[in-house]
Amino acid sequence: MPLKILVTAKRVEDSESKIKVNPAGTGIVLEGLKFKINPFDEIAIEEALRLTAKHGGEVVVVSIGGKEVVEQLRSPALAMGANRAIWVNHVGPMDQLGIAACLQKICEKEKPDLCILGKQAIDDDQGQVGSYLAEALGWSQATFASKEESLESEAEKSKAPAIKLSADGKSVTVVREVDGGLQTIEATLPAVATTELRLNQPRYASLPGIMKAKTKPLEEVTPASLGVDMTPHITVVKMTHPPARKAGIKVADVPALMDKLKNEARAI
Amino acid sequence: MNSGFQTFDGEHEAFRQTVKAFVAREITPHVKAWEQAEGFPRELYDRAAEQGFFGLKYDEAYGGTNAGFFFEAVLFEELSKCGSGGVAAGLGAQATIATGPLHLFGTDELKRRFLAPAIAGKCIGAFAVTEPDGGSDVAGLKTTARREGEHYVLDGSKTYITNGVRADYVIVAAKTDPSKGHKGVSMIVVEKGTPGFTVSRALKKVGWRASDTAELSFSECRVPVANLVGRENDGFAQIMGNFQWERLTLALGALGAADDIFAQAMAFVTTRRAFGQNVSQFQVVKHRLAEMATELEAARQLTYHALRLHAAGEWALGQTAMAKKLATEMCCKLADQALQLHGGAGYMMEFDIQRHWRDARLGPIGGGTSEIMNEIIAKQLGL
Ligand SMILES: Cc1cc2nc3c(=O)[nH]c(=O)nc-3n(C[C@H](O)[C@H](O)[C@H](O)COP(=O)(O)OP(=O)(O)OC[C@H]3O[C@@H](n4cnc5c(N)ncnc54)[C@H](O)[C@@H]3O)c2cc1C
Repeated sequence: MPLKILVTAKRVEDSESKIKVNPAGTGIVLEGLKFKINPFDEIAIEEALRLTAKHGGEVVVVSIGGKEVVEQLRSPALAMGANRAIWVNHVGPMDQLGIAACLQKICEKEKPDLCILGKQAIDDDQGQVGSYLAEALGWSQATFASKEESLESEAEKSKAPAIKLSADGKSVTVVREVDGGLQTIEATLPAVATTELRLNQPRYASLPGIMKAKTKPLEEVTPASLGVDMTPHITVVKMTHPPARKAGIKVADVPALMDKLKNEARAI
Repeated sequence: MNSGFQTFDGEHEAFRQTVKAFVAREITPHVKAWEQAEGFPRELYDRAAEQGFFGLKYDEAYGGTNAGFFFEAVLFEELSKCGSGGVAAGLGAQATIATGPLHLFGTDELKRRFLAPAIAGKCIGAFAVTEPDGGSDVAGLKTTARREGEHYVLDGSKTYITNGVRADYVIVAAKTDPSKGHKGVSMIVVEKGTPGFTVSRALKKVGWRASDTAELSFSECRVPVANLVGRENDGFAQIMGNFQWERLTLALGALGAADDIFAQAMAFVTTRRAFGQNVSQFQVVKHRLAEMATELEAARQLTYHALRLHAAGEWALGQTAMAKKLATEMCCKLADQALQLHGGAGYMMEFDIQRHWRDARLGPIGGGTSEIMNEIIAKQLGL
């Protein structure tokens, strides 16, 4: 049964860039920063592509932001192999409820069988959108999708999807990463899944893929055209750098180290 | 973004992200081990070929993408940021000197036998001009290839040949007419396993440790005449033609390495403390970094200029020689200064800057020395 899968592609600061809080403490300094796709979203796209490679279907990728997010929609998202893109053109503040509302409206129109989102974005680490979206749509949700085998396994090398579609095409089996182990759940479709780091190893955007991406369909919508009010419910009050690490000390011998670990650090 | 002054467009930059991701996943984590082992696994050629890295300027008929020089320029800049000049060189030679002559001058048969599998990563190539008795004087090379019926019979030796130890084929420059100087040189493909062709030594190097560098010997080595690349006795001009792009890639590689060197210097001086402040707060250090950044930018702009001329089909002999010399010497100098800024840490094997310092030293030697670049530039000046 062909699957229609909706995935997200958030533009985030490249972890290679040095992040500085602005002097007013209201946000980070954007000048000179490099950007890329949220790595968890890249994993979501990879999983969607593996599923549609196996079962047929279509992968639609969504990003919300100013015109710069088109860059990430084209490459890697479309260049990796997603079929088409939807760009929600929005400049200005937004929070997770607004983002989930946009995705909800798009889902109501597109009617995908499955949404795959990153479990969080590496910039603000909110980790809320997937759950909000499932809740808003009334769909089942499978957060922190992972896999049983390792990223070096044969299944991974053969690019087999870790999210498994049932024989009747009515549900998916998802292995979730939970505290200290794995949990396997079955989720009725339509469903929302969010990705863990160990779900798969995303393919590179190939050169032919990059060339092809520029001719793939990209639809522009706005929150207003979707009927979504983006007024945030959350505002950032203050941002600070983490405190600088204190210099280490040298201990004389192993007993002294054990003593420190036990009584000062309380690590053992 | 579209100021009109950009050398690379959005697709080039997207490809840059792909190469960056490739380097971060497939190379950087293994650099220390491969440098120590003085070699990297053959599978890396497969991985690179899967991404089309060896066919960026070659025809689709042979598995290339015909994407062009700017894409390959991006590849060379980013590969050399992996931190191992040797890995970048091993992969780089496969994309340039070991395949360029086949693409430019080879028959369809040669392209099918060697170019296509090289693009696919299925066979590794090398290009051998330099000899134990001399490298700069290409016209004076001593290896001979005498014609006997439908064969050439090669005698002589080659040295400092990148990928030479594990190459499946070597494009050898030899004299088909020893009575002539540069008018007697030809390029001939010799396959691994051909009787009379042996790898006499794997060479130990100051830098580029992860790359394989060989001394090769040819003794009564018979190869079919079909293995001739281009026209007989026209090899000198062809080799010089092939060198143009190689020199540009060496300049581009130097820029990539220098970017990494500069980043390492910045990272160190902004955290290292002396006399109660960060080392970067001393004015001397600030000015040193300002000068390093200026020299890097100057070399970048000259190299990009030569690249644009080359991509536009101009025979930019002078600019290419200038760019190769300026960029590789700049990289050497930056590596030395960055090492100095690291203090004692710079001299320790556990810091990465020492490897750049060793690797960068090859730049003004390989692919034609700085002195030979000056010869070319002087000739362009009519001297
Ligand atoms: C790591 C490594 C990898 C290499 N890979 C390859 C490869 O894959 N294939 C290949 O064919 N070669 C390769 N080379 C060889 C390289 O191209 C030569 O080393 C280089 O061209 C110099 O030749 P040479 O070593 O014989 O030096 P020589 O030609 O002997 O030069 C010695 C010195 O004399 C100077 N000199 C020579 N002629 C003049 C002149 N006319 N005016 C002023 N000064 C002059 C030179 O600049 C140099 O300083 C490699 C070398 C190294 C170190």
